[in-house]
Amino acid sequence: MSEVLLEVENLVKHFPVGGGVLSRQSGVVRAVDGVSFTLRRGETLGLVGESGCGKTTTGRCILQLERPTSGRILFEGIDLAAISAAELRAVRRRVQVIFQDPYSSLNPRMTIGQILAEPLQVHGIVRERTARQGRVEELLVQVGLAPQHARRYPHQLSGGQRQRVGIARALAMEPALIVCDEPVSALDVSIQAQIINLLEDLQRRLGLTYLFIAHDLSVVRHISDRVAVMYLGKIVEITDRTALYEEPRHPYTRALLSAVPIPDPAVEETRERTVLRGEVPSALNPPPGCVFHPRCPIAVARCSAEVPALREIRPTHWSACHLA
Amino acid sequence: MTTLLQVRNLKTTFLTSAGVVRAVDGVSWDVEEGETVALVGESGCGKSVSALSIMRLVAEPAGRIEGGEILYKGRDLLRLSEPEMRRVRGREIAMVFQEPMTSLNPVLTIGRQLTEGLEIHMQMSPVQARARAIELLGMVGIPDPARRLAQYPHHFSGGMRQRMMIAMALACNPSLILADEPTTALDVTIQAQILELMRDLARRLGVAMLIITHNLGVVARYADRVNVMYAGRIIEQAGAREIYANPRHPYTLGLLRSVPRLDEPRRARLDPIQGQPPDLTRLPPGCAFSPRCAYRVERCSEAPALESVATGHRSACWEAMRLVKQLAA
Repeated sequence: MSEVLLEVENLVKHFPVGGGVLSRQSGVVRAVDGVSFTLRRGETLGLVGESGCGKTTTGRCILQLERPTSGRILFEGIDLAAISAAELRAVRRRVQVIFQDPYSSLNPRMTIGQILAEPLQVHGIVRERTARQGRVEELLVQVGLAPQHARRYPHQLSGGQRQRVGIARALAMEPALIVCDEPVSALDVSIQAQIINLLEDLQRRLGLTYLFIAHDLSVVRHISDRVAVMYLGKIVEITDRTALYEEPRHPYTRALLSAVPIPDPAVEETRERTVLRGEVPSALNPPPGCVFHPRCPIAVARCSAEVPALREIRPTHWSACHLA
Repeated sequence: MTTLLQVRNLKTTFLTSAGVVRAVDGVSWDVEEGETVALVGESGCGKSVSALSIMRLVAEPAGRIEGGEILYKGRDLLRLSEPEMRRVRGREIAMVFQEPMTSLNPVLTIGRQLTEGLEIHMQMSPVQARARAIELLGMVGIPDPARRLAQYPHHFSGGMRQRMMIAMALACNPSLILADEPTTALDVTIQAQILELMRDLARRLGVAMLIITHNLGVVARYADRVNVMYAGRIIEQAGAREIYANPRHPYTLGLLRSVPRLDEPRRARLDPIQGQPPDLTRLPPGCAFSPRCAYRVERCSEAPALESVATGHRSACWEAMRLVKQLAA
C-alpha cells in the first residue's frame, strides 16, 4: 500500500449566522462536523452527497480557502494550520483545484496563454519568458488542446475546452493533489466522458492524487478508488468503490443509489426504488441522534437518541449506522 | 388515442451578432393525449426553444418563429391572436421551468400566485380560488397547505418550490404540461420525489407531458416516446424502449455509450463522443453531426432526412442500417 499523502482528522467547520453589526450571532451552520479520512498517493477518493452536505466546504478547508474551526489537515505529514505563510505558499502549489464552472473561474480579459503563464511567473516556476511560452504550449497539448489556443479568450472556447484550460492551469503548478469540485457537472453529456478520460490519463501519467467531489454517483463510481458519502456535514459511509456500490451498508447510500435512474427503460420497468421522504434538514439545527433518522426508512428508537459512530463494520468498510 | 399536439416543420431563428442562428430548424413531432414525450439533447440543441415556440414566448425581436404549424387540438397556435393565445397559456398548456425561484414572483405570496390564474382563467371567486389552491398544494404533497398560502417563495426549499410550480401548472386542468428540465436544479433524492409526483399526477389526471431534458436516465424512466435533437433538428424519433435497445443514429448511440451506468460493470474507460458541440453560427453543410461522427461517409455532406427505419422509429442518418449491423456484430 502506497504512502499517505493527505490526512484529514476530525475536521470541523462551523459558519456563524447573524452576528453582524446589527444582530447578535444567532446560531452556527455545522457545514462540516467531524470528518476524517486519508488519501494515499495516486488514488482517487470520491466525495459524494447532496447540496449542503459539506463536501465542497471540506474541499475548501483542504485548499486552505477556509480556516477550519477545529481538526487537523496533514499534507505529506505537515499540519497546514501550524505552518508559516511562506511555508503554506509552497504547499499551496502542490494542492490545486479544478472548479465546476470553468467560465466563471477564468479571467475573461486574459488570453488562455496569459491565464496559464501567470501562475508560472508568480510562483517563479518558469522565470524566462520564452521558456514560459513553451511550457504553456506543452500544458495545452497535455490537456488535448492545440498550442494556437493560447491566443484565444475564454469566451471563444466551448465549455469542454474551458474545462481543459482549468485542468491545464492546475497542472501548471505540478501538484501532487488536485481537488476536483464537480469538474464535469456543468458540461454536456457528450463532453463529460472526454474530461473524465483526460483526468484518468493525467493521473496515470503524472501520478496525481484526486479528491473528486461530485453528486453524480455514476461518474464517481467510474473514477474513484474509494468513495465517501456525506450527509449533513458527516461522513456516513466510506469504503472502496466495489463495496460501496455493490454492498452499501448505510440506508442513505442505498437511497442515493436507488434514486439514480438507469438509462435503460427495460431495466427501469422492473427496478425497485426507495424514494426518500422529506428533505435534508437544516445544518443550522441538525436533528439529534443520527442526522439521517427523520428520513431513514429503517430508523428505530435508538437512532433519534444516540449518534452512531463511523465504525469499521468489516475490514476497510466504515459505516455510521446503528443497524449496518 | 387522439393526437393532442402536432408540431409541423417548426422553424425558430435568433438574430445574433454572429448572424442568424437557426435554433429550431424544421422539426416535426406529436404528443398524443395523456402520453409523456421526451425532447432530449444537449445545451443549444433547440429543445427549450421548441417549448417556448409552442407557448409563443420566444423573445422578440431577436427571436422569431419563421414557419411551420403548431396544431393543438386541431388549431394552429401560430395563427391565434395574442388574446386568444393568452387563453391557451396556463389554461390549455402549462409550463414547468428548471429554476423555480426565477419563475416565481418573489414579492407575491404563494397563495396569490396560485389564485391569480384561477380567477382569470376559471372565473373563480376569491373564496373558490383559495379552496382550489389549498387542494392543489395538498395534491403536490406540500404539508399544511392552508398555512403555506400566506408564505413567500423564499420560505420554500428548492424541492417545495418545484412542487409549487407543478401545482401552478395543474391549477387550470391543462391537457398538456411542458416541463423544461424540471429537476435538473434539484438534488438526487428530491429529483426522484418530484419525478414520481409528476408521473403519478399526469397518470391520474390524464395530462400529457413533454419532458425536456439532457438526462438519459430520466427519459428512460418516464417517457413513452423520445425525440433526440441535435443542432436544431430531430435526428432520431422512436418509442422509449426501442430507441434505447436499437439506437439508429450515431449521436444517440454515442450519448448512450458515453455515460457510465450503475447497473453495469464498471468499464475501464469511457467511450466519449469526439469533438466539440456544434457552433450554430457555423454549421457544416449536410449532417451537423458529421464532423464528430465515427460512421461518416461521403454522402454526409448532404443533409439526411428523418426517415422511417422500423415501425414508429425514424432516423436522420444515411448509415442508419449499417449502424444496426455493427451493433449486432
